[in-house]
Amino acid sequence: MDHTASAGGSANAGPRRGIAGRLHAFLLRPEASVIVVAVVLVIYFQFANANFLTDANLQTVSQFIAAPVIIACGEIMLLICREIDLSVGQVFALAPFVMERAAHAGAPVVLAIVAALAVCALIGFVIGLITIRLKVPSFITTLGMLFLITGVTLTISRGFPADTPGGPLLTNIMGNWGYAEIVWALGVVLVMHIVLRDTRWGLHTIATGGNVIAAAEAGININRIRMGNFILTSTLGGFAGLLEAFRIGSTDPLAGGSNIMFLGVASGVIGGTAIAGGAGTIVGGLVGGIVLGVLQDGFTLQGINAFTFDIIIGAAILLAMVANIHLARLRGAGQA
Amino acid sequence: MSTTAMSAGTEALRAEGIVKTFGRITALNGVSMHVARGEMLGILGDNGAGKSTLMKILTGYHQPTSGQVFVNGAPVDLGSVDQARAFGIECVYQDLALVNGLSIYHNLFLNREILRRGPFRLLDHRTMRRRAQAALEDIGVTVASVDLEVGALSGGQRQAIAVARAVASNARILLLDEPLAAMGAREAGLIIDLIERLKARGDIAIVMIAHNYAQTLEICDRVMLMQHGEVTYESHAAETSPAELLEIVRREYRAARAG
Repeated sequence: MDHTASAGGSANAGPRRGIAGRLHAFLLRPEASVIVVAVVLVIYFQFANANFLTDANLQTVSQFIAAPVIIACGEIMLLICREIDLSVGQVFALAPFVMERAAHAGAPVVLAIVAALAVCALIGFVIGLITIRLKVPSFITTLGMLFLITGVTLTISRGFPADTPGGPLLTNIMGNWGYAEIVWALGVVLVMHIVLRDTRWGLHTIATGGNVIAAAEAGININRIRMGNFILTSTLGGFAGLLEAFRIGSTDPLAGGSNIMFLGVASGVIGGTAIAGGAGTIVGGLVGGIVLGVLQDGFTLQGINAFTFDIIIGAAILLAMVANIHLARLRGAGQA
Repeated sequence: MSTTAMSAGTEALRAEGIVKTFGRITALNGVSMHVARGEMLGILGDNGAGKSTLMKILTGYHQPTSGQVFVNGAPVDLGSVDQARAFGIECVYQDLALVNGLSIYHNLFLNREILRRGPFRLLDHRTMRRRAQAALEDIGVTVASVDLEVGALSGGQRQAIAVARAVASNARILLLDEPLAAMGAREAGLIIDLIERLKARGDIAIVMIAHNYAQTLEICDRVMLMQHGEVTYESHAAETSPAELLEIVRREYRAARAG
Protein backbone atom coordinates (compact mmCIF):
# COMPACT_ATOMS: atom_id res chain seq x y z
CA MET A 1 0.00 0.00 0.00
CA ASP A 2 1.24 3.44 -0.85
CA HIS A 3 -0.12 5.57 1.95
CA THR A 4 1.92 5.87 5.09
CA ALA A 5 0.62 4.87 8.47
CA SER A 6 -1.31 7.61 10.23
CA ALA A 7 0.23 9.37 13.19
CA GLY A 8 -0.31 7.28 16.27
CA GLY A 9 -1.23 4.24 14.19
CA SER A 10 0.09 0.93 15.42
CA ALA A 11 3.45 -0.06 13.98
CA ASN A 12 2.66 -3.64 13.03
CA ALA A 13 -0.62 -2.77 11.33
CA GLY A 14 0.61 -2.81 7.71
CA PRO A 15 0.79 -5.96 5.59
CA ARG A 16 4.02 -7.94 5.80
CA ARG A 17 6.47 -7.30 3.01
CA GLY A 18 8.67 -9.56 0.93
CA ILE A 19 8.01 -12.97 -0.56
CA ALA A 20 7.01 -14.50 2.78
CA GLY A 21 4.56 -11.66 3.33
CA ARG A 22 3.05 -12.03 -0.13
CA LEU A 23 2.73 -15.78 0.34
CA HIS A 24 1.08 -15.22 3.71
CA ALA A 25 -1.38 -12.73 2.19
CA PHE A 26 -2.14 -15.14 -0.67
CA LEU A 27 -2.79 -18.07 1.65
CA LEU A 28 -5.29 -16.01 3.62
CA ARG A 29 -7.43 -15.45 0.53
CA PRO A 30 -10.59 -17.58 0.45
CA GLU A 31 -9.74 -19.22 -2.89
CA ALA A 32 -6.08 -19.90 -2.05
CA SER A 33 -6.52 -23.45 -0.76
CA VAL A 34 -8.40 -24.40 -3.92
CA ILE A 35 -5.74 -22.92 -6.20
CA VAL A 36 -3.14 -25.02 -4.38
CA VAL A 37 -5.33 -28.12 -4.79
CA ALA A 38 -5.79 -27.41 -8.53
CA VAL A 39 -2.03 -27.06 -9.12
CA VAL A 40 -1.27 -30.23 -7.13
CA LEU A 41 -3.90 -32.16 -9.11
CA VAL A 42 -2.50 -31.05 -12.49
CA ILE A 43 1.04 -32.05 -11.44
CA TYR A 44 -0.18 -35.38 -10.10
CA PHE A 45 -2.13 -36.31 -13.23
CA GLN A 46 0.73 -35.27 -15.53
CA PHE A 47 3.08 -37.59 -13.61
CA ALA A 48 0.51 -40.39 -13.48
CA ASN A 49 -0.32 -40.11 -17.17
CA ALA A 50 1.91 -38.40 -19.74
CA ASN A 51 -1.12 -37.75 -21.94
CA PHE A 52 -2.60 -35.30 -19.50
CA LEU A 53 -0.95 -32.13 -20.82
CA THR A 54 -1.45 -32.92 -24.52
CA ASP A 55 -3.43 -30.65 -26.81
CA ALA A 56 -6.17 -33.24 -27.32
CA ASN A 57 -6.62 -33.80 -23.61
CA LEU A 58 -6.45 -30.12 -22.73
CA GLN A 59 -9.34 -29.58 -25.14
CA THR A 60 -11.29 -32.29 -23.35
CA VAL A 61 -10.51 -30.86 -19.91
CA SER A 62 -11.46 -27.38 -21.04
CA GLN A 63 -14.80 -28.72 -22.26
CA PHE A 64 -15.43 -30.38 -18.89
CA ILE A 65 -14.69 -27.08 -17.21
CA ALA A 66 -16.39 -24.46 -19.41
CA ALA A 67 -20.12 -25.04 -18.88
CA PRO A 68 -20.01 -25.51 -15.07
CA VAL A 69 -17.84 -22.39 -14.75
CA ILE A 70 -20.27 -20.25 -16.79
CA ILE A 71 -23.13 -21.53 -14.64
CA ALA A 72 -21.06 -21.00 -11.49
CA CYS A 73 -20.69 -17.30 -12.37
CA GLY A 74 -24.48 -16.90 -12.07
CA GLU A 75 -24.93 -19.18 -9.07
CA ILE A 76 -22.15 -17.40 -7.17
CA MET A 77 -23.97 -14.07 -7.56
CA LEU A 78 -27.21 -15.72 -6.38
CA LEU A 79 -25.56 -17.53 -3.47
CA ILE A 80 -23.91 -14.29 -2.37
CA CYS A 81 -27.31 -12.58 -2.15
CA ARG A 82 -28.75 -15.63 -0.36
CA GLU A 83 -30.65 -17.16 -3.29
CA ILE A 84 -30.13 -20.20 -5.50
CA ASP A 85 -31.32 -21.40 -8.89
CA LEU A 86 -31.87 -25.16 -9.14
CA SER A 87 -33.46 -24.93 -12.59
CA VAL A 88 -30.49 -23.50 -14.51
CA GLY A 89 -29.56 -26.95 -15.86
CA GLN A 90 -33.02 -27.24 -17.44
CA VAL A 91 -32.68 -23.78 -19.00
CA PHE A 92 -29.34 -25.10 -20.33
CA ALA A 93 -31.28 -27.81 -22.20
CA LEU A 94 -34.16 -25.57 -23.28
CA ALA A 95 -32.15 -22.73 -24.87
CA PRO A 96 -30.82 -24.73 -27.88
CA PHE A 97 -34.34 -25.89 -28.74
CA VAL A 98 -35.71 -22.35 -28.63
CA MET A 99 -32.88 -21.33 -30.98
CA GLU A 100 -33.46 -24.33 -33.24
CA ARG A 101 -37.21 -23.66 -33.43
CA ALA A 102 -36.61 -19.94 -34.13
CA ALA A 103 -34.10 -20.75 -36.88
CA HIS A 104 -36.46 -23.39 -38.26
CA ALA A 105 -39.19 -20.74 -38.41
CA GLY A 106 -36.90 -18.62 -40.62
CA ALA A 107 -34.99 -16.38 -38.21
CA PRO A 108 -31.29 -15.74 -38.98
CA VAL A 109 -29.18 -17.85 -36.62
CA VAL A 110 -27.75 -14.87 -34.71
CA LEU A 111 -31.28 -13.62 -34.12
CA ALA A 112 -32.34 -17.12 -33.09
CA ILE A 113 -29.53 -17.14 -30.49
CA VAL A 114 -30.65 -13.76 -29.17
CA ALA A 115 -34.24 -15.03 -29.01
CA ALA A 116 -33.12 -18.10 -27.04
CA LEU A 117 -31.22 -15.91 -24.56
CA ALA A 118 -34.25 -13.61 -24.26
CA VAL A 119 -36.45 -16.58 -23.36
CA CYS A 120 -33.88 -17.60 -20.71
CA ALA A 121 -33.86 -14.07 -19.32
CA LEU A 122 -37.66 -14.19 -19.18
CA ILE A 123 -37.49 -17.44 -17.19
CA GLY A 124 -35.13 -15.73 -14.74
CA PHE A 125 -37.59 -12.84 -14.52
CA VAL A 126 -40.48 -15.22 -13.72
CA ILE A 127 -38.34 -16.95 -11.04
CA GLY A 128 -37.57 -13.55 -9.57
CA LEU A 129 -41.22 -12.49 -9.66
CA ILE A 130 -42.41 -15.63 -7.86
CA THR A 131 -39.59 -15.46 -5.32
CA ILE A 132 -39.75 -11.73 -4.58
CA ARG A 133 -43.42 -10.79 -5.07
CA LEU A 134 -45.05 -14.03 -3.94
CA LYS A 135 -42.36 -14.64 -1.30
CA VAL A 136 -41.68 -18.26 -2.23
CA PRO A 137 -38.11 -19.27 -1.26
CA SER A 138 -36.00 -19.50 -4.44
CA PHE A 139 -35.07 -23.08 -3.52
CA ILE A 140 -38.75 -24.02 -3.96
CA THR A 141 -39.47 -21.67 -6.89
CA THR A 142 -36.64 -23.11 -8.93
CA LEU A 143 -37.41 -26.67 -7.86
CA GLY A 144 -40.83 -26.18 -9.45
CA MET A 145 -39.28 -24.53 -12.51
CA LEU A 146 -36.88 -27.48 -12.83
CA PHE A 147 -39.74 -29.87 -13.57
CA LEU A 148 -41.76 -27.33 -15.52
CA ILE A 149 -38.94 -26.46 -17.92
CA THR A 150 -38.02 -30.12 -18.46
CA GLY A 151 -41.62 -30.68 -19.55
CA VAL A 152 -41.52 -27.69 -21.88
CA THR A 153 -38.25 -28.85 -23.46
CA LEU A 154 -39.58 -32.37 -24.01
CA THR A 155 -42.78 -30.94 -25.50
CA ILE A 156 -40.96 -28.58 -27.90
CA SER A 157 -38.49 -31.27 -28.95
CA ARG A 158 -41.01 -34.14 -28.82
CA GLY A 159 -38.13 -35.89 -27.09
CA PHE A 160 -35.86 -35.92 -30.14
CA PRO A 161 -32.50 -34.23 -30.70
CA ALA A 162 -32.07 -31.87 -33.66
CA ASP A 163 -29.11 -30.50 -35.64
CA THR A 164 -27.93 -27.03 -34.67
CA PRO A 165 -28.44 -24.40 -37.39
CA GLY A 166 -25.76 -22.06 -38.81
CA GLY A 167 -22.64 -22.14 -41.00
CA PRO A 168 -19.23 -23.51 -40.01
CA LEU A 169 -17.77 -20.14 -38.93
CA LEU A 170 -20.58 -19.40 -36.49
CA THR A 171 -20.61 -23.00 -35.29
CA ASN A 172 -16.87 -22.87 -34.60
CA ILE A 173 -17.07 -19.56 -32.79
CA MET A 174 -20.04 -20.73 -30.74
CA GLY A 175 -18.35 -23.84 -29.41
CA ASN A 176 -17.28 -26.28 -32.12
CA TRP A 177 -13.62 -25.21 -32.17
CA GLY A 178 -11.88 -27.16 -29.41
CA TYR A 179 -11.13 -24.19 -27.16
CA ALA A 180 -14.13 -22.01 -28.08
CA GLU A 181 -16.14 -22.91 -25.00
CA ILE A 182 -13.35 -22.24 -22.55
CA VAL A 183 -12.54 -18.89 -24.23
CA TRP A 184 -16.19 -17.87 -23.80
CA ALA A 185 -16.12 -19.14 -20.22
CA LEU A 186 -12.98 -17.13 -19.41
CA GLY A 187 -14.61 -14.07 -20.99
CA VAL A 188 -17.67 -14.52 -18.76
CA VAL A 189 -15.39 -15.02 -15.74
CA LEU A 190 -13.46 -11.83 -16.50
CA VAL A 191 -16.60 -9.72 -16.92
CA MET A 192 -18.30 -11.18 -13.83
CA HIS A 193 -15.12 -10.81 -11.77
CA ILE A 194 -15.13 -7.08 -12.57
CA VAL A 195 -18.88 -6.84 -11.95
CA LEU A 196 -18.53 -8.42 -8.51
CA ARG A 197 -15.41 -6.56 -7.40
CA ASP A 198 -15.54 -3.22 -9.12
CA THR A 199 -19.16 -2.23 -9.64
CA ARG A 200 -21.97 -1.03 -7.41
CA TRP A 201 -23.97 -4.06 -8.55
CA GLY A 202 -21.40 -6.45 -7.09
CA LEU A 203 -21.01 -4.48 -3.87
CA HIS A 204 -24.78 -4.28 -3.41
CA THR A 205 -25.12 -8.01 -4.10
CA ILE A 206 -22.68 -8.71 -1.25
CA ALA A 207 -24.48 -6.21 1.01
CA THR A 208 -27.87 -7.78 0.26
CA GLY A 209 -26.63 -11.22 1.25
CA GLY A 210 -24.43 -10.04 4.09
CA ASN A 211 -26.97 -7.91 5.97
CA VAL A 212 -30.26 -7.35 4.21
CA ILE A 213 -31.48 -4.83 6.83
CA ALA A 214 -28.33 -2.74 6.56
CA ALA A 215 -28.51 -2.87 2.76
CA ALA A 216 -32.13 -1.72 2.73
CA GLU A 217 -31.35 0.94 5.39
CA ALA A 218 -28.61 2.29 3.15
CA GLY A 219 -31.22 2.67 0.41
CA ILE A 220 -30.19 -0.28 -1.76
CA ASN A 221 -33.09 -1.73 -3.76
CA ILE A 222 -32.53 -5.30 -2.63
CA ASN A 223 -35.33 -6.74 -4.78
CA ARG A 224 -33.80 -5.23 -7.90
CA ILE A 225 -30.47 -6.87 -6.99
CA ARG A 226 -32.12 -10.26 -6.47
CA MET A 227 -34.18 -9.99 -9.66
CA GLY A 228 -31.14 -9.01 -11.73
CA ASN A 229 -29.14 -11.95 -10.47
CA PHE A 230 -31.95 -14.42 -11.24
CA ILE A 231 -32.14 -13.07 -14.80
CA LEU A 232 -28.34 -13.19 -15.09
CA THR A 233 -28.14 -16.81 -13.92
CA SER A 234 -30.85 -18.11 -16.26
CA THR A 235 -29.32 -16.24 -19.19
CA LEU A 236 -25.83 -17.58 -18.48
CA GLY A 237 -27.28 -21.09 -18.11
CA GLY A 238 -28.96 -20.78 -21.50
CA PHE A 239 -25.75 -19.42 -23.03
CA ALA A 240 -23.74 -22.37 -21.70
CA GLY A 241 -26.39 -24.70 -23.16
CA LEU A 242 -26.09 -23.04 -26.58
CA LEU A 243 -22.29 -23.42 -26.54
CA GLU A 244 -22.61 -27.09 -25.64
CA ALA A 245 -25.15 -27.70 -28.43
CA PHE A 246 -22.92 -26.03 -31.05
CA ARG A 247 -19.92 -28.03 -29.82
CA ILE A 248 -21.73 -31.32 -30.30
CA GLY A 249 -23.59 -30.10 -33.37
CA SER A 250 -26.96 -31.15 -32.07
CA THR A 251 -29.51 -30.27 -29.44
CA ASP A 252 -30.31 -32.81 -26.73
CA PRO A 253 -33.51 -32.62 -24.67
CA LEU A 254 -31.74 -34.34 -21.77
CA ALA A 255 -28.58 -32.19 -21.86
CA GLY A 256 -27.32 -30.50 -18.71
CA GLY A 257 -29.97 -31.07 -16.09
CA SER A 258 -29.43 -31.14 -12.37
CA ASN A 259 -25.95 -32.58 -12.86
CA ILE A 260 -24.56 -29.48 -14.59
CA MET A 261 -26.40 -27.22 -12.10
CA PHE A 262 -24.81 -29.02 -9.17
CA LEU A 263 -21.38 -28.88 -10.83
CA GLY A 264 -21.85 -25.11 -11.14
CA VAL A 265 -22.94 -24.70 -7.52
CA ALA A 266 -20.16 -27.04 -6.37
CA SER A 267 -17.57 -25.02 -8.33
CA GLY A 268 -18.66 -21.89 -6.51
CA VAL A 269 -18.79 -23.52 -3.09
CA ILE A 270 -15.44 -25.28 -3.50
CA GLY A 271 -14.06 -21.91 -4.58
CA GLY A 272 -15.07 -20.34 -1.28
CA THR A 273 -18.55 -18.90 -1.92
CA ALA A 274 -20.58 -19.01 1.29
CA ILE A 275 -23.86 -20.94 1.02
CA ALA A 276 -25.19 -18.62 3.74
CA GLY A 277 -24.53 -15.60 1.53
CA GLY A 278 -22.53 -12.41 1.84
CA ALA A 279 -19.21 -13.73 0.54
CA GLY A 280 -17.69 -15.31 -2.54
CA THR A 281 -15.45 -14.72 -5.52
CA ILE A 282 -15.79 -15.43 -9.23
CA VAL A 283 -12.12 -16.47 -9.47
CA GLY A 284 -12.82 -19.04 -6.75
CA GLY A 285 -15.66 -20.43 -8.90
CA LEU A 286 -13.30 -20.71 -11.89
CA VAL A 287 -10.71 -22.57 -9.84
CA GLY A 288 -13.41 -24.75 -8.27
CA GLY A 289 -14.59 -25.62 -11.80
CA ILE A 290 -11.01 -26.40 -12.86
CA VAL A 291 -10.57 -28.74 -9.87
CA LEU A 292 -13.77 -30.63 -10.71
CA GLY A 293 -12.91 -30.76 -14.45
CA VAL A 294 -9.34 -31.92 -13.85
CA LEU A 295 -10.54 -34.59 -11.40
CA GLN A 296 -13.15 -35.83 -13.87
CA ASP A 297 -10.74 -35.93 -16.81
CA GLY A 298 -7.75 -37.19 -14.82
CA PHE A 299 -9.66 -40.11 -13.37
CA THR A 300 -11.11 -40.92 -16.79
CA LEU A 301 -7.55 -41.11 -18.15
CA GLN A 302 -6.58 -43.31 -15.20
CA GLY A 303 -9.45 -45.62 -16.04
CA ILE A 304 -11.34 -45.05 -12.81
CA ASN A 305 -15.01 -45.70 -13.39
CA ALA A 306 -17.86 -43.21 -13.08
CA PHE A 307 -19.17 -44.64 -9.82
CA THR A 308 -15.86 -44.08 -8.08
CA PHE A 309 -15.72 -40.62 -9.60
CA ASP A 310 -18.89 -39.54 -7.78
CA ILE A 311 -17.46 -40.77 -4.48
CA ILE A 312 -14.34 -38.70 -5.10
CA ILE A 313 -16.29 -35.58 -6.09
CA GLY A 314 -18.38 -35.88 -2.96
CA ALA A 315 -15.30 -36.28 -0.80
CA ALA A 316 -13.60 -33.36 -2.58
CA ILE A 317 -16.55 -31.03 -1.86
CA LEU A 318 -16.57 -32.06 1.80
CA LEU A 319 -12.81 -31.63 2.11
CA ALA A 320 -12.89 -28.22 0.40
CA MET A 321 -15.62 -27.05 2.76
CA VAL A 322 -13.77 -28.25 5.85
CA ALA A 323 -10.64 -26.49 4.60
CA ASN A 324 -12.54 -23.29 3.85
CA ILE A 325 -14.29 -23.10 7.19
CA HIS A 326 -11.05 -23.84 8.99
CA LEU A 327 -9.12 -21.22 6.99
CA ALA A 328 -11.90 -18.67 7.56
CA ARG A 329 -11.41 -19.13 11.29
CA LEU A 330 -7.66 -18.62 10.88
CA ARG A 331 -8.32 -15.48 8.85
CA GLY A 332 -10.62 -14.12 11.54
CA ALA A 333 -7.97 -14.81 14.17
CA GLY A 334 -5.30 -13.13 12.07
CA GLN A 335 -7.24 -9.90 11.74
CA ALA A 336 -8.66 -9.42 15.20
CA MET B 1 -29.02 22.37 3.13
CA SER B 2 -28.43 25.99 3.97
CA THR B 3 -24.97 27.00 5.05
CA THR B 4 -26.05 29.64 7.54
CA ALA B 5 -24.08 29.70 10.74
CA MET B 6 -25.01 26.70 12.82
CA SER B 7 -23.39 27.51 16.10
CA ALA B 8 -23.48 25.46 19.24
CA GLY B 9 -26.43 26.08 21.50
CA THR B 10 -28.99 26.84 18.80
CA GLU B 11 -31.93 24.47 18.66
CA ALA B 12 -31.54 21.66 16.12
CA LEU B 13 -34.51 19.40 16.74
CA ARG B 14 -37.80 19.84 18.59
CA ALA B 15 -40.88 17.66 18.86
CA GLU B 16 -44.11 18.93 20.40
CA GLY B 17 -47.13 16.99 21.64
CA ILE B 18 -46.28 13.82 19.75
CA VAL B 19 -49.08 11.25 19.94
CA LYS B 20 -48.77 7.88 18.28
CA THR B 21 -51.45 5.22 18.39
CA PHE B 22 -51.34 1.75 16.87
CA GLY B 23 -54.98 0.71 16.68
CA ARG B 24 -56.26 0.91 20.27
CA ILE B 25 -52.79 1.07 21.79
CA THR B 26 -51.35 4.49 22.60
CA ALA B 27 -47.57 4.21 22.31
CA LEU B 28 -46.86 7.93 22.76
CA ASN B 29 -49.22 10.23 24.64
CA GLY B 30 -48.16 13.83 24.02
CA VAL B 31 -44.37 13.66 24.14
CA SER B 32 -42.27 16.82 23.73
CA MET B 33 -38.50 17.03 23.50
CA HIS B 34 -35.80 19.30 22.14
CA VAL B 35 -32.05 19.19 21.61
CA ALA B 36 -29.52 21.84 20.58
CA ARG B 37 -26.32 21.73 18.55
CA GLY B 38 -23.39 20.58 20.64
CA GLU B 39 -25.81 19.15 23.18
CA MET B 40 -26.58 15.56 24.07
CA LEU B 41 -29.95 14.40 25.30
CA GLY B 42 -30.38 11.00 26.95
CA ILE B 43 -33.75 9.26 26.84
CA LEU B 44 -34.14 6.69 29.60
CA GLY B 45 -36.95 4.26 30.23
CA ASP B 46 -37.90 0.63 30.42
CA ASN B 47 -38.92 -1.53 27.50
CA GLY B 48 -42.29 -0.45 26.21
CA ALA B 49 -41.95 3.09 27.55
CA GLY B 50 -42.14 4.49 24.01
CA LYS B 51 -38.47 5.36 23.46
CA SER B 52 -38.16 3.36 20.27
CA THR B 53 -41.45 4.65 18.89
CA LEU B 54 -40.28 8.23 19.48
CA MET B 55 -36.98 7.42 17.76
CA LYS B 56 -38.81 5.93 14.78
CA ILE B 57 -40.92 9.07 14.44
CA LEU B 58 -37.80 11.24 14.51
CA THR B 59 -36.18 9.10 11.78
CA GLY B 60 -39.27 9.29 9.59
CA TYR B 61 -39.97 5.57 9.90
CA HIS B 62 -43.33 6.17 11.68
CA GLN B 63 -45.58 9.19 11.19
CA PRO B 64 -47.12 10.71 14.35
CA THR B 65 -50.88 10.52 14.86
CA SER B 66 -50.69 14.13 16.01
CA GLY B 67 -48.00 16.57 17.05
CA GLN B 68 -45.27 18.41 15.19
CA VAL B 69 -41.54 17.99 14.58
CA PHE B 70 -39.31 21.05 14.03
CA VAL B 71 -35.82 21.07 12.49
CA ASN B 72 -33.76 24.25 12.98
CA GLY B 73 -36.92 25.91 14.27
CA ALA B 74 -39.02 25.24 11.18
CA PRO B 75 -41.92 22.76 11.17
CA VAL B 76 -41.11 19.73 9.00
CA ASP B 77 -42.97 16.69 7.76
CA LEU B 78 -40.78 13.59 8.15
CA GLY B 79 -42.71 11.40 5.74
CA SER B 80 -39.96 8.84 5.21
CA VAL B 81 -36.47 7.83 6.32
CA ASP B 82 -35.08 9.51 3.20
CA GLN B 83 -36.86 12.78 3.99
CA ALA B 84 -35.52 12.72 7.55
CA ARG B 85 -32.03 12.12 6.14
CA ALA B 86 -32.40 15.11 3.85
CA PHE B 87 -32.87 17.17 7.03
CA GLY B 88 -29.62 15.73 8.41
CA ILE B 89 -31.30 13.29 10.80
CA GLU B 90 -29.48 9.97 10.97
CA CYS B 91 -30.03 7.04 13.32
CA VAL B 92 -27.34 4.53 14.26
CA TYR B 93 -28.75 1.17 15.24
CA GLN B 94 -26.50 -1.19 17.09
CA ASP B 95 -25.29 -4.09 14.96
CA LEU B 96 -27.89 -3.50 12.28
CA ALA B 97 -26.07 -0.87 10.32
CA LEU B 98 -23.04 -2.63 8.86
CA VAL B 99 -22.31 -5.47 6.46
CA ASN B 100 -19.80 -7.76 8.14
CA GLY B 101 -18.44 -9.28 4.93
CA LEU B 102 -17.47 -5.90 3.48
CA SER B 103 -14.43 -3.78 4.28
CA ILE B 104 -14.62 -0.71 6.50
CA TYR B 105 -14.35 1.65 3.55
CA HIS B 106 -17.05 -0.17 1.56
CA ASN B 107 -19.35 0.09 4.57
CA LEU B 108 -18.62 3.80 4.96
CA PHE B 109 -19.59 4.40 1.34
CA LEU B 110 -22.38 1.84 1.01
CA ASN B 111 -24.84 3.11 -1.61
CA ARG B 112 -22.90 6.40 -1.79
CA GLU B 113 -20.00 4.89 -3.69
CA ILE B 114 -17.49 7.01 -5.53
CA LEU B 115 -17.14 5.95 -9.17
CA ARG B 116 -14.28 6.28 -11.60
CA ARG B 117 -14.69 8.35 -14.72
CA GLY B 118 -15.37 6.42 -17.88
CA PRO B 119 -18.13 4.46 -19.53
CA PHE B 120 -18.11 1.47 -17.18
CA ARG B 121 -18.82 3.36 -13.94
CA LEU B 122 -16.40 1.21 -11.96
CA LEU B 123 -15.85 1.72 -8.24
CA ASP B 124 -13.06 4.10 -7.32
CA HIS B 125 -11.57 1.99 -4.53
CA ARG B 126 -8.52 4.23 -4.14
CA THR B 127 -10.48 7.45 -3.53
CA MET B 128 -12.96 5.71 -1.22
CA ARG B 129 -10.08 4.25 0.82
CA ARG B 130 -8.41 7.62 1.12
CA ARG B 131 -11.61 9.45 2.08
CA ALA B 132 -12.60 6.72 4.54
CA GLN B 133 -9.22 7.06 6.20
CA ALA B 134 -9.69 10.84 6.39
CA ALA B 135 -13.28 10.57 7.68
CA LEU B 136 -12.18 8.24 10.47
CA GLU B 137 -9.19 10.40 11.41
CA ASP B 138 -11.51 13.41 11.38
CA ILE B 139 -13.50 12.01 14.30
CA GLY B 140 -10.50 10.33 15.90
CA VAL B 141 -11.27 6.68 15.18
CA THR B 142 -8.14 4.60 14.58
CA VAL B 143 -8.21 1.27 12.76
CA ALA B 144 -5.27 -0.79 11.50
CA SER B 145 -6.54 -0.51 7.91
CA VAL B 146 -9.75 0.57 6.22
CA ASP B 147 -9.42 -2.63 4.15
CA LEU B 148 -10.31 -4.78 7.18
CA GLU B 149 -13.62 -6.56 7.06
CA VAL B 150 -16.09 -5.11 9.54
CA GLY B 151 -16.78 -8.62 10.83
CA ALA B 152 -13.23 -8.77 12.18
CA LEU B 153 -13.74 -5.70 14.39
CA SER B 154 -14.92 -5.56 18.00
CA GLY B 155 -18.41 -4.36 18.92
CA GLY B 156 -17.09 -0.97 19.96
CA GLN B 157 -15.11 -0.49 16.76
CA ARG B 158 -18.17 -1.48 14.69
CA GLN B 159 -20.29 1.05 16.53
CA ALA B 160 -17.61 3.70 15.93
CA ILE B 161 -17.63 2.89 12.20
CA ALA B 162 -21.43 3.15 12.12
CA VAL B 163 -21.28 6.56 13.83
CA ALA B 164 -18.50 7.65 11.47
CA ARG B 165 -20.68 6.71 8.51
CA ALA B 166 -23.58 8.80 9.80
CA VAL B 167 -21.30 11.79 10.40
CA ALA B 168 -19.57 11.37 7.03
CA SER B 169 -22.96 11.37 5.31
CA ASN B 170 -23.52 14.82 6.81
CA ALA B 171 -25.73 13.91 9.78
CA ARG B 172 -26.27 16.96 11.97
CA ILE B 173 -28.86 15.36 14.24
CA LEU B 174 -27.51 12.03 15.41
CA LEU B 175 -29.85 9.50 17.02
CA LEU B 176 -28.04 6.68 18.84
CA ASP B 177 -30.04 3.57 19.72
CA GLU B 178 -28.46 1.88 22.77
CA PRO B 179 -24.89 2.64 21.62
CA LEU B 180 -23.33 1.20 24.77
CA ALA B 181 -25.49 -1.89 25.27
CA ALA B 182 -23.65 -5.19 25.73
CA MET B 183 -20.25 -3.50 25.74
CA GLY B 184 -17.32 -3.92 28.10
CA ALA B 185 -15.83 -0.92 29.88
CA ARG B 186 -12.99 -0.47 27.39
CA GLU B 187 -15.29 -0.72 24.39
CA ALA B 188 -17.80 1.67 25.96
CA GLY B 189 -14.93 4.06 26.69
CA LEU B 190 -14.08 4.11 22.98
CA ILE B 191 -17.62 5.16 22.07
CA ILE B 192 -17.92 7.66 24.93
CA ASP B 193 -14.67 9.33 23.77
CA LEU B 194 -16.04 9.47 20.24
CA ILE B 195 -19.32 11.02 21.43
CA GLU B 196 -17.41 13.59 23.50
CA ARG B 197 -15.42 14.61 20.42
CA LEU B 198 -18.59 14.93 18.33
CA LYS B 199 -20.17 17.08 21.03
CA ALA B 200 -17.07 19.27 21.17
CA ARG B 201 -17.42 20.00 17.45
CA GLY B 202 -20.52 21.99 18.33
CA ASP B 203 -22.37 21.41 15.05
CA ILE B 204 -24.04 18.11 15.90
CA ALA B 205 -27.01 17.46 18.17
CA ILE B 206 -27.08 14.00 19.73
CA VAL B 207 -30.03 12.04 21.11
CA MET B 208 -29.25 8.75 22.83
CA ILE B 209 -31.60 6.01 23.97
CA ALA B 210 -30.23 4.01 26.88
CA HIS B 211 -30.98 1.76 29.83
CA ASN B 212 -28.05 2.47 32.11
CA TYR B 213 -28.81 5.52 34.34
CA ALA B 214 -25.29 6.12 35.64
CA GLN B 215 -23.64 5.91 32.22
CA THR B 216 -26.27 8.16 30.64
CA LEU B 217 -25.98 10.83 33.34
CA GLU B 218 -22.21 10.75 32.89
CA ILE B 219 -22.16 11.54 29.19
CA CYS B 220 -25.42 13.43 28.51
CA ASP B 221 -26.12 17.10 29.19
CA ARG B 222 -29.81 16.51 29.83
CA VAL B 223 -31.89 13.41 30.49
CA MET B 224 -35.53 12.57 29.95
CA LEU B 225 -37.33 9.72 31.66
CA MET B 226 -40.09 8.05 29.67
CA GLN B 227 -42.76 5.80 31.16
CA HIS B 228 -45.90 4.38 29.53
CA GLY B 229 -45.69 6.73 26.55
CA GLU B 230 -45.15 9.95 28.51
CA VAL B 231 -42.20 12.02 29.68
CA THR B 232 -42.39 11.71 33.47
CA TYR B 233 -39.19 13.55 34.40
CA GLU B 234 -36.70 15.87 32.76
CA SER B 235 -33.53 17.34 34.18
CA HIS B 236 -30.03 18.56 33.53
CA ALA B 237 -27.72 15.64 34.09
CA ALA B 238 -25.75 17.54 36.72
CA GLU B 239 -28.86 18.18 38.79
CA THR B 240 -30.02 14.60 39.27
CA SER B 241 -28.62 11.22 40.21
CA PRO B 242 -29.20 7.55 39.37
CA ALA B 243 -30.76 7.14 42.83
CA GLU B 244 -33.24 9.93 42.19
CA LEU B 245 -34.21 8.53 38.76
CA LEU B 246 -34.64 5.07 40.23
CA GLU B 247 -36.85 6.48 42.99
CA ILE B 248 -39.09 8.20 40.40
CA VAL B 249 -39.46 4.96 38.47
CA ARG B 250 -40.30 3.04 41.67
CA ARG B 251 -42.87 5.64 42.70
CA GLU B 252 -44.55 5.36 39.30
CA TYR B 253 -44.71 1.58 39.59
CA ARG B 254 -46.24 1.78 43.05
CA ALA B 255 -48.78 4.33 41.82
CA ALA B 256 -49.61 2.14 38.82
CA ARG B 257 -50.12 -0.89 41.05
CA ALA B 258 -52.27 1.05 43.51
CA GLY B 259 -54.33 2.62 40.71
